[in-house]
Amino acid sequence: MTDSIISLTHLVKKFGKQTVLQDVNLDLMPGEIVGLIGPSGAGKSTVIKTALGMEVADGGSATVFKQTMPNRQLLSRIGYMAQTDALYEALSGRENLQFFGKMKGINKKNISTEIKHAAAVVDLTEDLSKRVSGYSGGMMRRLSLAIALLGEPELLILDEPTVGIDPALRRQIWKELGSIRDEGRSILITTHVMDEAELTDRVALLLGGRVMAFDTPQNLKKQYEVPTIEDVFLKAEGVQS
Amino acid sequence: MRILAIATRVIKELIRDKRTLTLMFVAPIIIILLLSVLFSANSTTNVKIGTVAVSKTIRSNLDNTKHVAVKTYDSKKQAKKALKDEKIDSIIQKKSSGYSITYANTDSTKTTAVKMAFKNAVTEDTMTTMKNQMGTMKTQLQTTASALTKVEQLLPAKTRAKLASQASTPKTTTKVTKVAKTKVTNHYVYGDSSTGFFDKILPILMGFFVFFFVFLISGMALLKERTSGTLDRLLATPVKRSEIVFGYMISYGILAIVQTIVIVMATIWLLGIDIVGNVFNLVIINLILALVALAFGILVSTFARSEFQMVQFIPLIVIPQVFFSGIIPLDSMADWVKDISYIIPIKYSGDASTAIMMHGAHLSTLGLDIGVLGGILIVLTFLNIVGLKRYRKV
Ligand SMILES: Nc1ncnc2c1ncn2[C@@H]1O[C@H](COP(=O)(O)OP(=O)(O)OP(=O)(O)O)[C@@H](O)[C@H]1O
Ligand SMILES: [Mg+2]
Repeated sequence: MTDSIISLTHLVKKFGKQTVLQDVNLDLMPGEIVGLIGPSGAGKSTVIKTALGMEVADGGSATVFKQTMPNRQLLSRIGYMAQTDALYEALSGRENLQFFGKMKGINKKNISTEIKHAAAVVDLTEDLSKRVSGYSGGMMRRLSLAIALLGEPELLILDEPTVGIDPALRRQIWKELGSIRDEGRSILITTHVMDEAELTDRVALLLGGRVMAFDTPQNLKKQYEVPTIEDVFLKAEGVQS
Repeated sequence: MRILAIATRVIKELIRDKRTLTLMFVAPIIIILLLSVLFSANSTTNVKIGTVAVSKTIRSNLDNTKHVAVKTYDSKKQAKKALKDEKIDSIIQKKSSGYSITYANTDSTKTTAVKMAFKNAVTEDTMTTMKNQMGTMKTQLQTTASALTKVEQLLPAKTRAKLASQASTPKTTTKVTKVAKTKVTNHYVYGDSSTGFFDKILPILMGFFVFFFVFLISGMALLKERTSGTLDRLLATPVKRSEIVFGYMISYGILAIVQTIVIVMATIWLLGIDIVGNVFNLVIINLILALVALAFGILVSTFARSEFQMVQFIPLIVIPQVFFSGIIPLDSMADWVKDISYIIPIKYSGDASTAIMMHGAHLSTLGLDIGVLGGILIVLTFLNIVGLKRYRKV
């Protein structure tokens, strides 16, 4: 655990009287894809936001790159894609990429190659000059993902990146995520698509404010004695309620 | 570097929002034009003047003026009551020392109309008097001349020749009543001689437009950044909180400069209003005001959950600014009312702009106004930078 990229220990988060996260323990190693699954409202997005320092934890600790979050300097090494698209609709796709590229501190020389690459991964090269207001829902999602990919961050945190994206493109994106992992970079991803959870290295099942299970897909299936992750999910949720 | 990128982005977004942009530049011009028509068209205002002890000629002169009606009162007391009841717009009273005129002055165009009518009436009266006097003088001269001729014939020839040489400069003893310049004392029931003139509200109005648009548009823009999630995304990059605030300041500062120039040019060219001072100074003042408005907008946007809620802040933040800006004289009001005006940004920008536009004041003499505005700006900007901590803890 010494060289983990993200390490959450006994994380507690409350919104008013509602305790969303009771005791969350999670770690992410270099060159690893961790999938975070759980029912809607379980607190997946909250885990991510707390890890990034956008929400303050009420207990426990969150460290990223071995440093306690929140930490502004570390943010340049993280590519974050929120659950909402968060794009400037008056600007074109390229202008959005350029703007966030500059915000991330990518230097001028690399920025256009970075943009070209990111756009190619999400298949947006043709539509970069279009205003975002004229994008379809899936195109916005792809642009949002492209922004997160900019600057080859060591850590990618993606909150439901493939919602509204067609199967062919989804496969292409997962291929890219795979090669990112092979470069030794790490990815924390949330999803409701259980087929995708199968593609991760380890799956964390968030339920009732705790990580109920955290293991490789194979081990989870064995543990719950079911053939798919989807069944793991349903069985775990069934036990809970 | 990041500051500039943010500023360019905000400007790009603004420029692409054609409707808002048009409204920002066209609306002030239309309103200023409308107001100028309202305030300067005095030809159609009907005024009623009450007179006390005023001579018949002046009365009839007044009465003959277009749009002026005259009512005679026996005493000042009666006239004052009529003025209070708004039956008449002003009182002209003849005193031994001259005229005393009291204006209701609730409507400056009426005050101007009365002043004009009275001036004309007196001039006409003086002319008539002079004409009459000339007539008398003429007859007197004629009689003197004929008397002289008679006397002349009785005189010896030697004296006659001497007299003829002096005849070109006849000395008349006729006493000419010197037409003294009529002494007039003006009284105003409300305000003073400069109250409510379009010229006076123009600088305030300009400040108001800058404040209103920058406040609203920047507030909305920041609100949208928050609700659409772009603020979160922005704060998920290593950008400093201060860089976001300063980026916004640059872009809206530029916007305010352009807006001020457009308004100033419109007032100079379309209305032909003289601006005594330097237009550049005016731009500086409005720039500072715009930054204050921006800071207010950003601050207030954090308390609003939707654009509709943002609009609800207009009566709270913008409207009082107009009332306390100096459009309504506060001298006669309670102290606490006056105290409120000390924290009203538009009051300071209005004072400074008035000084520049009407008296040609230089920036160096406007230290107080600029200082206060700058102080408000620094405090609000600091609050905003700290306030962004709500969305990211560092
Ligand atoms: N800012 C907030 N204020 C109050 N409650 C919040 C806030 N953010 C999240 N919550 C609550 O925390 C809980 C978890 O929310 P979160 O967004 O983390 O769920 P999630 O697992 O990401 O769900 P989904 O799969 O639908 O995205 C929900 O009950 C939600 O109502
Ligand atoms: Mg979520």
